[in-house]
Amino acid sequence: MEMTGAQIVMKSLKDEGVDVIFGYPGGAVIDFYDELTRTDIKHILVRHEQGAVHAADGFARVTGDVGVCMVTSGPGATNAVTGIATAYMDSIPMVIITGQVPTSLIGNDAFQEVDIVGITRPCTKHNYLVKDVKKLAYIIKEAFHIARTGRPGPVLIDIPKDITNSRTEYEQPGEVSLRSYNPNYKPNMKQISKIASLIKNAKKPLIFSGGGIILSDCSKELTELARKTNIPVTSSLMGLGGFPGTDDLWLGMLGMHGTYCANMAISECDLMLALGVRFDDRVTGKVDAFAKNATIVHVDIDPTSIHKNVPVQVPIVGDCKITLSVLNELLDQEKPEIIKPERKEWLGQVSEWKTGTPLAYSQSDVIKPQYVVEKLYELTKGEAIITTEVGQNQMWAAQFYKFATPNQWVTSGGLGTMGFGFPAAIGAQMAFPDKIVVDVAGDGSIQMNIQEMATAVQYGLPVKIVILNNRFLGMVRQWQELFYKRNYSSTNMEHAPDFVKLAEAYGAAGFRATKPSEVEEVLKKGLATPGPVIMDFVVEREECVYPMVPAGAPITNMLLV
Amino acid sequence: MNEEKHILSILVDNEPGVLSRIAGLFSGRGYNIESLSVAETNDPKVSRVTMVTTGVAQIIEQIKKQLHKLVNVITVHDLTGKAYVHRELVLVKVYTRPETRGEILRIADVFRAKIVDVGNEHYTVEVTGSEDKISAILKIFQPMGIKEIVRTGPVALFRE
Ligand SMILES: Cc1ncc(C[n+]2csc(CCOP(=O)(O)OP(=O)(O)O)c2C)c(N)n1
Repeated sequence: MEMTGAQIVMKSLKDEGVDVIFGYPGGAVIDFYDELTRTDIKHILVRHEQGAVHAADGFARVTGDVGVCMVTSGPGATNAVTGIATAYMDSIPMVIITGQVPTSLIGNDAFQEVDIVGITRPCTKHNYLVKDVKKLAYIIKEAFHIARTGRPGPVLIDIPKDITNSRTEYEQPGEVSLRSYNPNYKPNMKQISKIASLIKNAKKPLIFSGGGIILSDCSKELTELARKTNIPVTSSLMGLGGFPGTDDLWLGMLGMHGTYCANMAISECDLMLALGVRFDDRVTGKVDAFAKNATIVHVDIDPTSIHKNVPVQVPIVGDCKITLSVLNELLDQEKPEIIKPERKEWLGQVSEWKTGTPLAYSQSDVIKPQYVVEKLYELTKGEAIITTEVGQNQMWAAQFYKFATPNQWVTSGGLGTMGFGFPAAIGAQMAFPDKIVVDVAGDGSIQMNIQEMATAVQYGLPVKIVILNNRFLGMVRQWQELFYKRNYSSTNMEHAPDFVKLAEAYGAAGFRATKPSEVEEVLKKGLATPGPVIMDFVVEREECVYPMVPAGAPITNMLLV
Repeated sequence: MNEEKHILSILVDNEPGVLSRIAGLFSGRGYNIESLSVAETNDPKVSRVTMVTTGVAQIIEQIKKQLHKLVNVITVHDLTGKAYVHRELVLVKVYTRPETRGEILRIADVFRAKIVDVGNEHYTVEVTGSEDKISAILKIFQPMGIKEIVRTGPVALFRE
């Protein structure tokens, strides 16, 4: 059958199982938009292309499917770059379709031309400029394949306008086969038996789990392993929810704003099982002092992650899910007391750290941001999907909301993108219309993509925004307080909109709490109000996130409350 | 830790943009490219990149893994420490004076180099060979005055 490029794109998206895309039209993609109305694919019209990409990203993070977005050439494409880089850093499967000027004009500085393939080369897993309509269907199939396999990531397809509206005989593309791309899922079995024997002999073992656990969908296997062997678990920011935050073996997050317990345990452990992590500097602190006493086992699908920042003794390239299933089976062949020793001393020590120096804050007659997050946890029974912006709000959400399940925690870890949380919440809500989706925000970050209120209202997406409003760019202010003698250079955000009125201006609801006694009531009202809601919590201005490890210091150098 | 020099032989899809992906990887991650040569192989869908790079062992390992991670990279072979043959081509313009012309011809002969162009004031000499040989001949030409040179950087293959 003869089809236009635009029709091929729609057909291919359907074949990949896509039923929602996030985007913004323009001249170079107008044919796609025309064709879109003749499909049953839902399109969410955002208010800024960055919002489209973050929304697709949020959708991908909560579903595990590929998120899809579509933007026009030139400014549309460049507006998308921050979103693409965000997804790339966190290994989120995504396909971005950009329009491009007609082939004959490429390279001529044509109207709305930009070399988006060149611009996004370092922040996509792969990208394409389509030059032949005959190859379009196969390229799309390949793009989805690359986005979702191995270490997932965003893949961009740039389609010139003439390709979009030229016609070709459509042929269903065959299986993707790339001689240059074959991710290795199967771990080396010998190495796995090595882990088993290390576990049996370790006195102070620890599991450090990361975003890879969520991406490879092996939270169950991880939980089984930890409980079966009595090994305590900590995780990176991206790994939250991979292991139940309510479990006795859970130590809390690790790193710069990690718990005292987790950071001490890392420094003392004699065996570290690092699963799907990449040893970011926010986690390791000073590398030379990191886990000095430990034999490190590192499992990762991406060989470049291994030995990149930290030397490891047992490297395993492979899928975490497969690795953990095999390991669990191997361990099951042992006597129960061997797999699950008492580990009295170690667990005792760990629990002493945990109860002795818990996450803490002191109440006062001003609202404490931590208190808001704690209340939010209570009132949502720990079941909400929480997205965050970036800064103190993100860290408090990570510390005080206990994530029981994976894909419930949506945050920009690798890039730390302010403005991520709200559009990501829109994407997550699109995926799960019936779940409670809350964006925990700072007053600074929320202003970066606040225009997406209109999107939430237009599509009736009942996203709740909890602003921890300290009238500062709080996290930067915290650094200025601690390391720059309180020289608050350009972090004062006193001039801000009235967020309640702003919500109302967009046709949403807004509530404000200024006293601790109002927190619960406002949260209850906000969560119970249908449609999108902004809840503005006027919090302690100069509250800091603790513990804090100064950048580059050993992670045991914690500043505590 | 010691910096080491490595010759990498990389097979890639013969497609536009592939070289820029490789070069971008090096610039973006602060790796060093000493030389780079690329051309189609006997399979027109595949090109071979020969690259010389330096770094400490851990960086060399990262370079190889990062290269391999690029979707268009088919194989990465590190030839260093293995048996391989390598050659580099240099064109060198040497200044000539009536009394040095014979000398240049003799040197060229010893190095099995060729005079490929003759001008009023210079010879252009083509030399192929190992890096050592090329440095040696350039050193000899130096006092006579070298006007310009162009080097390809090494190309290399496993010895079988
Ligand atoms: C796009 C972007 N610009 C700048 C930064 C640097 N930055 C990190 S945290 C932060 C402050 C965030 O302030 P706010 O959103 O009010 O949150 P708070 O820390 O007060 O909770 C800034 C400016 C960033 N992460 N992202």
